[in-house]
Amino acid sequence: MTETPRLELIGITKAYPGVIANNNVSLKIMPGEIHALLGENGAGKSTLVKFIYGVQKADAGRVLWEGQEVQIASPNAARKLGVGMVFQHFSLFDAMTVEENIALGISPELTKGDLSGRIRDVSQQYGLPLDPGRYVHTLSVGERQRIEVVRCLLQDPRLLIMDEPTSVLTPQEVDELFKTLRRLSEEGVSILYISHKLEEIKSLCHTATIMRMGEVVAECTPENETARSMAEMMMGADLVSPERADREIDGSVKLELRDLNVRSTHQHGTDLKDINLTVRAGEVLGVAGIAGNGQRELMEVLTGEVSCENPTAVLIDGIAAGRMDPNQRRAAGVGLVPEERLGHGAVPDMSLWENAFLSAATRMHLVRHGFVQVAASTSFAEKVVDAFRVKTPGVTHFATSLSGGNLQKFIVGREILQNPGIIVVLQPTWGVDAGSAAAIRQALIDMAAAGAAVLAVSQDLEELFEISDRIAVICEGRMSEARLAENVTVEEVGLLMAGIGLEEETVHAG
Amino acid sequence: MLVRLEQRPEASKSMVYVSPVIAVVLTVLTAMVMFALLGVDPVKAIETFFVEPVSSLDGLAELLVKATPLVLIGVGLSLGFQANVWNIGAEGQLVIGALAGGGLALAFFDQQSVFLVPAMLVCGILGGMVWAAIPAWLKIRYNTNEILTSLMLTYVGLLVLSYLVHGPWKDPQGMNFPESRLFHDSALLPILIDETRLNVGWLIALFVVVLGWILISRHIIGFQIKVIGQAPMAASFAGFKEKRLIWLTLLISGGCAGLAGVIELSGAIGQIVPSISPGYGFTAIIVAFLGRLHPVGVLFAGLLMALTYLGGDSAQITMNLPNAVTGVFQGMLLFFLLASDVLIKYRVRFGTPKIVKEAAE
Repeated sequence: MTETPRLELIGITKAYPGVIANNNVSLKIMPGEIHALLGENGAGKSTLVKFIYGVQKADAGRVLWEGQEVQIASPNAARKLGVGMVFQHFSLFDAMTVEENIALGISPELTKGDLSGRIRDVSQQYGLPLDPGRYVHTLSVGERQRIEVVRCLLQDPRLLIMDEPTSVLTPQEVDELFKTLRRLSEEGVSILYISHKLEEIKSLCHTATIMRMGEVVAECTPENETARSMAEMMMGADLVSPERADREIDGSVKLELRDLNVRSTHQHGTDLKDINLTVRAGEVLGVAGIAGNGQRELMEVLTGEVSCENPTAVLIDGIAAGRMDPNQRRAAGVGLVPEERLGHGAVPDMSLWENAFLSAATRMHLVRHGFVQVAASTSFAEKVVDAFRVKTPGVTHFATSLSGGNLQKFIVGREILQNPGIIVVLQPTWGVDAGSAAAIRQALIDMAAAGAAVLAVSQDLEELFEISDRIAVICEGRMSEARLAENVTVEEVGLLMAGIGLEEETVHAG
Repeated sequence: MLVRLEQRPEASKSMVYVSPVIAVVLTVLTAMVMFALLGVDPVKAIETFFVEPVSSLDGLAELLVKATPLVLIGVGLSLGFQANVWNIGAEGQLVIGALAGGGLALAFFDQQSVFLVPAMLVCGILGGMVWAAIPAWLKIRYNTNEILTSLMLTYVGLLVLSYLVHGPWKDPQGMNFPESRLFHDSALLPILIDETRLNVGWLIALFVVVLGWILISRHIIGFQIKVIGQAPMAASFAGFKEKRLIWLTLLISGGCAGLAGVIELSGAIGQIVPSISPGYGFTAIIVAFLGRLHPVGVLFAGLLMALTYLGGDSAQITMNLPNAVTGVFQGMLLFFLLASDVLIKYRVRFGTPKIVKEAAE
């Protein structure tokens, strides 16, 4: 091949105080190539991309754009070269129309003339249906992402960077997006696709660069790899997939939600409507759904942070628990893992033993006569660290000093070692490295095998299919009927996530 | 040459304690410049300010007398501040506490009893609590901002004091001066060292420091206070009751301020006068922060701030400097402290940056 690469990075190095984010990273993207950038959290993907998009400068290294050495000083300079980027978190104004939002984000010359006409043209050409006059707050997450994509396409990019674009999409929306990306690639646009979803990368990307701890550790052709082999390259270790013994679930009902209706306490939150759900001893019930469809509200109702008007809307072992506060629920045998690790599940600037005490005080009897039992809390925290192989120099270290995966193992372990009869987990492995994620999933399966009822709410379908016995879907605050995992396909779940099929179905799980 | 602030990978633990020292040093240096500009010998001024007041037994006793209310209030405030409950009205709570205790002394002005002083102390605490309960109730019931309500109530408290000493509680034999009767002996706190004003109040303050220390470091309430201040969502996840903690911290800090007021009245002053406190309730805010919101730190910070009061007096007497110097000192100290606190999370680097700071995420 004698073709000039669209973009070539040579020896990029970037250090932050205390950590080398990129060490001598080199990367080559050919015209029309869909190139995956793959790595666990903290592997240095974002740093590298920020550098390509001109958000920050590298300490050392060279950039060649179509064979010419360039300096990318700012996002503006990047856009002038022909680099477009779709961020993971959208920067859109809810109270403005699609057209207004697009006009704000592109160079002023492009806004002249018939902008809405061009928006229509581009969106039709690439199969991205979008009405320029609609207000953003009326759009779904998938439609909002289209705005970002169209915004980039209007500027005729030669390289499009997509940062974890599918984490907010239903499987069907993912398919649509992939069609668009493939068409762009056929027209010669290069795409740098950042993700840790291996199946997607296998189906979409031509080549993949795998990063680990700031360095490029491998390059491969995803088609020729398995998801497992890529995961192992990413982790640098063998991946242990969760094992599940076949078992009959005919245990008693541990947790039940009965006609649960709760108004959201958040701005732009989702009210919960007529939710019915049962979780039996010995099973993992997975709840799928796109973020923002009531998961947070469901969790708050389950933890007791928000109490229900009707005490019998939540039943723990058959006992009305709707009005119980979090500690009463823990005493009744519920373990709880919220989504947000720092600030919700754990106090960032407190030591691990204090964070163990935080949720275990009641069940583990760590308070005597109103005083914190330091020795007992410390030894409980040490047990968690040992049992869940949390990497930390000691339990006196702050929660913030742990990586996301280690802290999540600590938080999940803290709940599991309290030996609850019911455990409710929101996003069990969100932003967690693959090794820790596997350990956490295994721990949840083991808990169910030991006779506990596990309720796992997650956006990650692969994860849910891996651990769940039954799967239900939450969409706009309504819950679909829970079905046996082996009797339901990813496509069916995807349709439910998009809200199709919920209306006609009698909403009852059990 | 370029001077930059660079974010530390982890907050510096030692800087938490070094920063107040830096603030004190910078305050002294700046004060010396200020004295030089005023045409006063800076070294002598600093000596007059910081050394002279404590070079006698009487001076030391006076230092502890002044530190007593600062430490008492500082400990109470530091608990609230850790829970993000901003009681700015300790001055008013001090005054109402003093009036409650002092009122009792006046009511029994013709009776001797060993129970009078303890009863006055209890009344003082209750008075402060009542005054702090108002912003607490308003905050919980109507979600008002306790910073504003507690501050406004300070001025109400001062007007109540003014009304009482100019009206109903004025000494009938007092030649129409706006002062109450002198308290008789059984309404006065026992003196610790003869010929000085040092009284039992100081021991009470030390006791409160120990109590506060135990509460914040070992008791479940202290744990809840810390969690709710640092991560409110984690507190609700743990099932801690925010409203209860708002009540508790405001009542504790109000009670401490009220206690300080009655101790000042029955220990140091001996009657109700139009100005009971030279702003102890406000200065204690600086004391709480200077002491890193930790009871033991508050103890030392209280002593330091007490010294600035004494220093101001002595500078006024021996060097003819305006009394405003005290306020200037206290203000500078707080500002330098806030500035130095940057060093906890950042460090100073000289020279051109090798590493560009991370852009906003």
